[in-house]
Amino acid sequence: MSRSTEISMRVNGEQIRATVPVRQNLVDFLRHHVGLTGSHVGCEHGVCGACTLEVDGAPVRGCLMLAVQADGAEITTIEGFAASGRSVRLADAFARHNALQCGFCTPGMLTSALSYIEGGGGADRTAIREHLSGNYCRCTGYQAIVEAICDAIAQEEAAA
Amino acid sequence: MKAPDFDYLRPASLDEAVAALAAGGGDAALLAGGQSLMPMMNFRIANPTQLIDLGAIAALRGITRAKGVVRIGAMTRYRDLEGDAALLSDLPLLAKALPLIAHEAIRTRGTLGGSLALADPAAEMPAVMMALGATIDLVGPKGLRRIAADAFFLGLYDTARAADEVITAIEIPLGGGIGTVYELAPRHGDYALAGVAVQATSSAPWSGLRAAFFGITDRPIMLDAISAAFEGQRGVPEAAMQAAQAALADLDYLNDARTDGATRRHYAGVVLQRALKELLG
Repeated sequence: MSRSTEISMRVNGEQIRATVPVRQNLVDFLRHHVGLTGSHVGCEHGVCGACTLEVDGAPVRGCLMLAVQADGAEITTIEGFAASGRSVRLADAFARHNALQCGFCTPGMLTSALSYIEGGGGADRTAIREHLSGNYCRCTGYQAIVEAICDAIAQEEAAA
Repeated sequence: MKAPDFDYLRPASLDEAVAALAAGGGDAALLAGGQSLMPMMNFRIANPTQLIDLGAIAALRGITRAKGVVRIGAMTRYRDLEGDAALLSDLPLLAKALPLIAHEAIRTRGTLGGSLALADPAAEMPAVMMALGATIDLVGPKGLRRIAADAFFLGLYDTARAADEVITAIEIPLGGGIGTVYELAPRHGDYALAGVAVQATSSAPWSGLRAAFFGITDRPIMLDAISAAFEGQRGVPEAAMQAAQAALADLDYLNDARTDGATRRHYAGVVLQRALKELLG
């Protein structure tokens, strides 16, 4: 029983060890302790999607998981997606289609969209909208975001 | 906001978890997937002084089959259920319901046992488990208790689980049949304003129909009168629908900021009709 505890995890390929307060959520830990500020903290109750990141290969809400629960896990944030090139085609499509304005939702949006594309999702606007229903964007009205994702899927298919 | 401070335990076995829960008295809370408890703690609606994380107990996770039943560990995550193609093919109702639960990132962490323990009136899984005739296993200091899903949900966020018990598994009979779920929600992934989980042995004619509604009253509700009205009928005859509407007329409907009771009563008939039509193809 303790109010802070030692954890270790791999974050974007790098081994991290730290002592964290047990009440600290994963996204706060990554932002304040590891210095990865790409994952954003929005609503803090799992609704807005801005903190979406990848834990052991699957998207999760960084605000609804404690850092201590990620002990031993493999974490990938938007910085990791960019560094490995996984999100490059998608991010380029977002830029081309003006699929962001303030950019607050963008890391979570890219993470969710990447999961959709890598999971074999097609350029089906309804399916994309349903998949992104857990990511809020208050600037774009989603139109450009859906177009960017369709464009990225078309490019993946052309490159394959 | 951030969650208030708490002590954190991560027991490695069920026995340790049960002992910790008993020792913690009323101030300890079990942490399953955390997709409802964490928001409630961040909002400071929930303020447990001790969290007992069930995430490290391997025995609480997994999907196993034995003589006509499938047994799902309470800590099995929705993502694991969605990834089990044989399970989804055996239980079409479950297959239809899983994608309606929140969003992909929530389903990565959310657990079946957690949803049943919380008993949110608008959640899909409690109603789905009632329609499927599931049994819920609970373990406490006095040992194992098995409760039918029909008898488990007692009210708003209230269940037959005693404060010192842990839900360990959910057993679902694999009797074949057909099933679907239909819900009305403002947006995909939102909690339903009204929904129904329907399971039946067959639809031509209807046989063994079980319709469990969610989002309309303080708990999921299954009405024998609806099963009786459709038994032996073909299609969606007006007389059977009228009998269903009559059975739905006098419930104590939820009446909140999202919509009023009269609208929910209307929606209950709508979702039933649409679910039945979907099963008729």
